[in-house]
Amino acid sequence: MPTLSSATPITPELIAAHGITPQEYKHICEILGREPNITELGMFSVMWSEHCSYKNSKPILKLFSKMNSELPHQEHLLVKPGQENAGIVDIGDGLAVCFKIESHNHPSAVEPFQGAATGVGGILRDIFTMGARPILLMNSLRFGDLAQPISQHLFRGVVAGIAHYGNCMGIPTIGGDIYFDASYEGNPLVNAMALGIIKKNEIVRGAAHGIGNPVYYVGATTGRDGLGGAAFASRELTEESHEDRPAVQVGDPFMEKLLMEACLELLHTDALVGMQDMGAAGLTCAGCETASRASTGVEIDLAKVPLRETGMIPYEILLSESQERMLVIVKKGKEKEVERIFEKWDLHAVNIGEVTKGDKYRVLEAGKIAAEIPAKALADDGPIYVREEQKPAYLKDAQKLDLGIVKELKDFTAVLKKILSYPSIASKAWVWEQYDHMVRTDTVFYPGHDAALIRVKGTQKGIAVSTDCNSLYVYLDPFEGGKIAVAEAARNVVCSGAKPVGVTNCLNFGNPMKPEIFWQFHQAVAGMIESCKALEVPVTGGNVSFYNESPQGAIYPTPTIGMVGLLQNIEKRVPSAFQNQGDVIFLAGETFNEIGGSHYLMIEHGLKKGLPPRLDLKREQALQQFILAAADAKKLSSCHDLSEGGLALALAECCLKSTDDLGAEVGDLSEVREALRGLREDALYFGESQSRAVISVKLQYRDDVRKLAQKQGIALYEIGTVSGDALLMEDRVHLPVREMKRLFDTTIPNMMERSL
Amino acid sequence: MKFKARVHTSLKKSVLDPQGQTTLHALETMGFKEARSIRIGKYFELVLEAADRKKAEESLHAMCDKLLHNPVIEEYSFEIQEMPL
Amino acid sequence: MKAAVIVFPGSNCDTDCFHALRDVMKVPVEFVWHKERNFPKVDLVVIPGGFSYGDYLRTGAIARFSPVMDAVTKHAAGGRSVVGICNGFQILLEAGLLPGAMLRNKTLQFICKHTWIRTEENLTMFTGKMEPGEVLCVPIAHGEGNYYCDDDTLKSLHDHDQVVFRYCSETGEVGEAFNPNGSKDHIAGIVNAKKNVLGMMPHPERASEDLLGSSDGRKIWESLLNVLG
Repeated sequence: MPTLSSATPITPELIAAHGITPQEYKHICEILGREPNITELGMFSVMWSEHCSYKNSKPILKLFSKMNSELPHQEHLLVKPGQENAGIVDIGDGLAVCFKIESHNHPSAVEPFQGAATGVGGILRDIFTMGARPILLMNSLRFGDLAQPISQHLFRGVVAGIAHYGNCMGIPTIGGDIYFDASYEGNPLVNAMALGIIKKNEIVRGAAHGIGNPVYYVGATTGRDGLGGAAFASRELTEESHEDRPAVQVGDPFMEKLLMEACLELLHTDALVGMQDMGAAGLTCAGCETASRASTGVEIDLAKVPLRETGMIPYEILLSESQERMLVIVKKGKEKEVERIFEKWDLHAVNIGEVTKGDKYRVLEAGKIAAEIPAKALADDGPIYVREEQKPAYLKDAQKLDLGIVKELKDFTAVLKKILSYPSIASKAWVWEQYDHMVRTDTVFYPGHDAALIRVKGTQKGIAVSTDCNSLYVYLDPFEGGKIAVAEAARNVVCSGAKPVGVTNCLNFGNPMKPEIFWQFHQAVAGMIESCKALEVPVTGGNVSFYNESPQGAIYPTPTIGMVGLLQNIEKRVPSAFQNQGDVIFLAGETFNEIGGSHYLMIEHGLKKGLPPRLDLKREQALQQFILAAADAKKLSSCHDLSEGGLALALAECCLKSTDDLGAEVGDLSEVREALRGLREDALYFGESQSRAVISVKLQYRDDVRKLAQKQGIALYEIGTVSGDALLMEDRVHLPVREMKRLFDTTIPNMMERSL
Repeated sequence: MKFKARVHTSLKKSVLDPQGQTTLHALETMGFKEARSIRIGKYFELVLEAADRKKAEESLHAMCDKLLHNPVIEEYSFEIQEMPL
Repeated sequence: MKAAVIVFPGSNCDTDCFHALRDVMKVPVEFVWHKERNFPKVDLVVIPGGFSYGDYLRTGAIARFSPVMDAVTKHAAGGRSVVGICNGFQILLEAGLLPGAMLRNKTLQFICKHTWIRTEENLTMFTGKMEPGEVLCVPIAHGEGNYYCDDDTLKSLHDHDQVVFRYCSETGEVGEAFNPNGSKDHIAGIVNAKKNVLGMMPHPERASEDLLGSSDGRKIWESLLNVLG
């Protein structure tokens, strides 16, 4: 970008450099009734970027709201998608959960530590700006092949960055998911999720109500951080991007901890009218969005904004993405109360303006108007584009899989060992031991379970959370893949005994200007909606990250799901791993000849082809109802859903994650085998058919569980017993638990230590 | 008078420096086999006002002793330059 | 017994300690903000874990100069008990209320996991309820828990029975393999010469309820209740 001053004349080159089309520029002139100045051009450029305005995705995202409105129990969705910074769901007892997932992919590709750290900072602010205290963090990460030094570098930096920020904030990072695949080379995905708890009557809106109310700027000083950050995320990464380092901000978690405590203390006064964090597009976004929501105007004076650098022009102050800053709308007359709280925490709290009559966002500098734009036009009336869609050419060939050429291997123990040592599957303890996952003393299920689970002090309740997305499935069949992503995340939550209550999603895709990519996007969303509808789970909000693409190509389409569940009684939680010697092992659900898109096919046969497994939502519903009923009746010792690696891996995980290295004897699978004629052995052992779970049950509950399964009409096969110290599956698998653990536990540390 | 001080603190020689060791190993892996040892410390740039150089040094010693370094595990050194007004 | 939990800017485990004392152990407890120069007379002062002042400069280096630390020092000088947990231990070291200093973990990584510690000295008000050599399962969560002191200090600590906890295996074996951070002599917790100030890296407030995986940490609060009533 050329050096700008407030007097810079607007040229067509400058307009294009701001990512604004000639038509959009024409629209801007119509809105203003004149041409914009450079400051106003900058403000439109960031607010109308894809990242802030969702101009290319809005028509598709509207489908979520439509689906929500058709669900029962509308009253539980207290804050809907798009209304505020995060969505809110009622959980009873006068409490609600506030949660969201957001991406910080492009900054992490350039500077992994700070990119990931500021991603955590940003999502946390989205939660406490609503008045909710953040109580847990999760993250969904994707990197290229871990054998590559660049992937190791990004992986190391991102994990350290998340740990640095989350640990210092004192918020436990309790789970997530991590996959390594060549499609993410050069385009890592860092999706950070946060959840907070709030009293229903204390929800804070980001709206500037009450003409004459002062507008306060609180938190860190403003510098030149991340200038053009929003525009930066809306372009593809090239070699030159590494020169774009100034667009990456440095986070200060200590500052944010103080800011969070001060903002939450404000809740106990009656001085707070509204609050909005300054994230992407900083002061520009916070000012126009709060005005727009209240249908008022906001006027601020830049001379009052605390600055870190000298010589900053209005353009820079308004577009700066310096971290750890909030805008607070205060009730007139209560200014001293607010200032007292921020002084206690040694934070800046400066009166920079007020809520005005009319509808403009007016910015003053040295007594003159530096920018004046109708707030709604900036915040809500950005352009909306209906993108072209086209079924991708790769699909026809990719979906073809001739099972005849896929030879069934003989040594299933060797196959299982290979799967256990596959980085995407192997233990992620190397990661989560760097996260303080115990602070706040609420974590009940530690990382490694199907879902993370925390208790809610003062109640009997528990909150279960899972993040998930099998992007290979989405690549091979976007609709089914999107459907499965939601169903699997819900299944994970259900396996811990909790009922899914809401979904947040982070939609990571390539360049939406390419019809094939947009077709993937639309199909994936359509699939997600089908599952949400069947499972009756509303979408509370989320994030879209486009342009995850480099000259080498786009990432696998990755619609990451963050699923939140409610457990009414924490004593009815169900762990994932085996608990007792002698327990009966059941396989719930049907198995089909489905190896398309499976990890087994990829790892053993080097193929990323075929159709992913089919998801029958009726069968899925029935399975989930069965598990919830059995959990509620306290009949289950453990429950673990089947996914990558199929039955063999699921059983292995139930063994190696048990506290006493419990083994399993699965002597006879003929019942399962005979349920489908022509079922391949490798499909039985490693196939990824959907809607299945491995459960273990005390002997005395065996019949109760059978009855519950019959009631729901789901297939239940008794396949073995928890016993011994090895996994024995017929005569095909014999693997001592200690050996399993060695492979599973040492894979990632070995790869990461070598790279030091 | 205004003085600019450059203060260095580092771990005492008797204290193990795993950060230094790891960085040395990384250099060796990158091909800089000529590097023999590294100790990592902190560098402060302080601007302070004092009546004269002697007072400035006294002040700096006090700041280092009280806050800037931990005498149990660290040692420090500094140099002062008078700044033009 | 009455307790106070000190809160610094950046303390995170203050509410955890408060909950363990008030809700689990039923001990009356209050928060004390770091700017207070005095606090009501209590029997136990807890300096909780977290990242006071973001761990900037050195962990605990700035917190030790907070106004409240004068009152804490007087409280300790008067023979009353102080427990510093994790960042609290670091603050006590920087304040000179305990000998030694903290370095970065040998692995250079933050580590959060359940560990086992062996009770080396059970004749203190913090360990009266433990058997000699009793092994407790208590979690750690720190990036700078590598305790250091010179050889003379270590000898003095041993001579005066000031080493209270050492990292060990589940069966009580002490050795490098079971030391998560490289601390000297595998030290996880020490007391001062007068044995009324305890500093420990593991978090007993995170091991006070079975629901969270281990309740071995309760024994420290129970030992104190036994002595202080």
